[in-house]
Order: sequence, then structure tokens, then C-alpha cells
Amino acid sequence: MILVLVDHDRGELDQLSLRALTAARKLGQDVEAIVIGKEGAALAGIVGEYGAKVLHVATHANLTDYTPMASGRALKDLVEKLKPEAVLAAGSPRGNEQLAHLAAFLDLPMAAECSEITLGSPHHVLRARWAGNLIESANVHADLLIASVLAFSTEPESANGGAATVAEFEPALEPQDYAVKVLSRDAGESKGGVTLVDAKVIVSGGRGVGGPEGFGQIEELASLLGGTVGCSRVVTSSGWRPHAEQVGQTGTKVAPDLYIAAGISGAMQHIAGMKNSKTIVVINTDPEAPILSYADYAIIGDLHQVIPALTSAIRQAKG
Amino acid sequence: MDVLVCLKRVPLAGGTLILTPDSRDIETKHLGFGISPHEENAVEAGVQLVEQMGGTLTLLTLGPSDAEEQLRSQLAIGATRAVLIETDGQEWDPQGTAAALVDAINAEETKFDLIIFGAESADSAGYQIHIRVAHALNRPIITNVKSMKVENGVAVCDRVVAAGREHYEVALPAIVTVRDGLNIPRYPSVPGRMQARKKPVDMKKAEARVPKLEKVTLALAPSKAKGAEVLGNGADAVPALVEVLKKIGAF
Repeated sequence: MILVLVDHDRGELDQLSLRALTAARKLGQDVEAIVIGKEGAALAGIVGEYGAKVLHVATHANLTDYTPMASGRALKDLVEKLKPEAVLAAGSPRGNEQLAHLAAFLDLPMAAECSEITLGSPHHVLRARWAGNLIESANVHADLLIASVLAFSTEPESANGGAATVAEFEPALEPQDYAVKVLSRDAGESKGGVTLVDAKVIVSGGRGVGGPEGFGQIEELASLLGGTVGCSRVVTSSGWRPHAEQVGQTGTKVAPDLYIAAGISGAMQHIAGMKNSKTIVVINTDPEAPILSYADYAIIGDLHQVIPALTSAIRQAKG
Repeated sequence: MDVLVCLKRVPLAGGTLILTPDSRDIETKHLGFGISPHEENAVEAGVQLVEQMGGTLTLLTLGPSDAEEQLRSQLAIGATRAVLIETDGQEWDPQGTAAALVDAINAEETKFDLIIFGAESADSAGYQIHIRVAHALNRPIITNVKSMKVENGVAVCDRVVAAGREHYEVALPAIVTVRDGLNIPRYPSVPGRMQARKKPVDMKKAEARVPKLEKVTLALAPSKAKGAEVLGNGADAVPALVEVLKKIGAF
């Protein structure tokens, strides 16, 4: 049996977890899922649709929000009871973190960011390194494989399964497991609209935008296309835009239908975060910018002229 | 306030990576070395804490003896001393690395109030060493910290997530991992560099363990490079782009 940690944020499903469920199914064994916190029980329908027979729900008075060490403990308790062959999760910051707590509790190896998994003795994985530029072939010497599934390496495929059977359990948490917990959260940095991960269209700006005021036109184009704003690392480091908008290895990895990169030259770390987008359009003054080789379409020119012209042309075309 | 910052020497690979003939490592003959951006923020945070509250800042790394170069350049920023756990230059797996760090930390006379890691290494992307160290030392850990204050023995931290900004507080001693953007790392001053040459770097040895996450080979990821269709120059190319956007159903 393969156990998949399905991550959720206060009851809202992490979409990458559906890819992890799909990857788990491909290993040819029964799949069961675990969610942390009772809000996760509402995910039994979708989790079942993606092939998990059982949804284990870890409930506890102190599992009210993201508490990664407690997640690790809950995973450990369930693993010791069910003895799965592998525990998988999405290769997201939270997926990796919760799995690492499990691995630390059990003192077992963990393989992060796997694009391919073969169960065996030893287990074998291909995993991404160097912002996805290198693929490591590695053996994992342990009975239980603990691995995260590289974001976007597997397309989510429905198994047309019925709702998973919900099985609640109470993990034996120790006080130190929830010593670190979210005290409060403010949405100050996100505008409450579409988040980067869910956006179908992302218009991203880089150094070429020139400053915070230059993002007005980026925002306008993004909203016209029903999308959201992204940016490169230099933009957040310079304080022009909030970190929540940063696309890349150290920000958010995205794969929207349309990614427009304006004034972004394309550092390895940025490309790692957006190269899986379906259509990539680049607007850049430099025809030699590395990002061009990853783009489908490019306009060579100054974004300060191209974007306003594009915005008004789209307005016109929309009537 | 005694702070420990853990670092890793990594090659500074700008563009294309080249592998060694045995495909087990990156060819570094023509590359410089540094530490990852997050770790520069970690050192800066440590220096600021010691400036404000007094105490010491110790640096710790595991790597080849050449990693002394990275330790010296961070000592020049204002750290007090450094410890280098010397390997044979081979990469250690995360469990082996974490165990050696834990042994070195436990061997220190100083009981560090705060241990800081960078959020992730540039090269290995294992996402676990800091958590293993936290478990072994029985300390709470907050990851991906984007702003941090230490007051009355409590670290007040924020992390940035898709849904906004999350606030955390944790009593010291604790471990945090920090991200770039936490602060603006300073450049070493000339006197700082001079002093760094004389600051103590303790060399230690540790026995390599048989890796449980065993690297077999590395390969270059197949390039997704498509080569863009250039639609034209400047605003004149906008109509062509509008057609493309219509075709893919963008509006």
C-alpha cells in the first residue's frame, strides 16, 4: 500500500497533492491518503476520485492549523500501524517539510523532488537537483520509501473513484510537536484574488520593469486576462513586490496555461519555476536573454511600450 | 545571545552545468565557490543579533578543507569563530550530514540560543537536514522565515505563504531557516577581512557513513528549451501576439 499525504490549507486542497496521488497510483498498489486536521475530512470526495480507497484523518485538539512537526508525528503513528511500502507527498515546501519530520522521527532516508519512483530493494528514484537542471539517479536503502513528488512531473489524472472511506485517528502528539504553530495570518501581501499556484494566466515582471510603479501596467494586463501578477527574485529582493508573487525555485513553482515574462532575463532559478507553463510569451529588449530559449513566442522590445500597446489591443479585440 | 549559522560551500554555477567524466558531480574546474543566497541572509541575521544583544556568532560547515575559504569570507562579515567538519570532498547524504552537524554542535561548550540555516541549498535540494538537526537536538524549528525579531528569549518570525503572511513565536533555544529577503547582507569591510584571517577556524574530522540515500549518477535535465518564435520588434509586434493569444484562448 502507498500512503499519500494530501496537504490542505485550512480545508483548501493543495492541487499538487492530486499529482502525488496520481504518481502513487502508477506504482501499481492500493493507495490510501492521510490529511492532517479534521477540516481535511471534507476532501474524501476528491481524494477518492484520484484513487485513494481510504482517507485517514488525523484529528487532535492541537491540530488546528499547519504544524509540521505534528504532521510528522501523525504520519509516523499511521505508518507504524499500516506499514505502507511508501509515503509520498507533493514536492512543495509544505509537502517536503512534513515528510522530513516523518523521516526524522523514523531516522529513515527521504528523497525529495522525485520525478520517477521504482519500488524495490533498494528503492530507486530520479530526483531533481540544482533547480531542476540536474537529475540524480539514487538508491534509497530502507524498507519504507519516503519521497516527495516533483511539482508538475506528473499530470493529475482522475481515477473516477468514488469517495474515499473516512477513517479518523488521534495521533499521540507530544507538546513539542505543536510548540511551533501559526499564531495568526494576514492576507496583507496577497490581494485575496487568484493565487499564483491556481492562476491560469500569470504576467510576470522582472528587473526590466524598473521599479514598483512600473508594475501598474503589469497588473492591468494580468487583470484584463483574468490572471495574476508574478515577478522574479530581483523584484522581491528590491522590495518592489511582495515575496508571495515570486516565481521560481525559491518562490512559487507554477504551470499556468499562459505565462508572460516581461523584462525577465531568465536566471536558472526563475526558469525552474515556470518552464512547465503551457504557453510562454517573452517580452524582452535582449534577443539573447536565456529565457527566450524556453519561450514559445517572443517580442523583442521595451515592455514599457509593448505592454500598454498589448493592453489596449486586447481591450479593442474584446470590444 | 549565542548564535550558530550552518553553511554549505557550493559551486557558483551561472549558466550551463557540466558534469565530471564519471557523472557523479558537477565539473567545478572552472567555477568559483560561494554559499547560497539564503545563507548570506542567515549570517547577516546572526551578525545583527550579536550586534544588538552581545554574545557570539559561530559558523559551522561540513565539506572539503577548501570550505575554509567560505568560512573566512563570512567571518569577515562579523562572525566570531568557525568550525569546519572536514570530509574527503565526497558528498554526504542528508542523514550523515545532519548527524555530523549534531555531533559537532553537541561537542561545543556554547549552548546556542539560536541556530540558523538557509532555507535550502543551491545544489542538493534535500529539504531535510535542518529538520533532522532539530529533532536530534530536541528543539523547535520554524522554516522559511522572512522576518525575525528576538525579544525576551522569544523569536518572533513571519513566513510568507501563498495565502499571505503567517506569524509564529517560539521560545529559545530554537532553530530557524531563513529566506533571501530577510535582510540585506552586508559586504565585508577591509578591516573585517583583515580580522577574519586571524579568527579561529576549528578543523574537525568525522567518519563518513554508508549513505542510505545513495547517489548513483547525475544527468543533465533534458532541456525544455523550445526556441521562441520571434513575433517582431516593439509595439509593432503586438497584433501578432494578440492573434496568438486569441488562438490559445487567452481571452
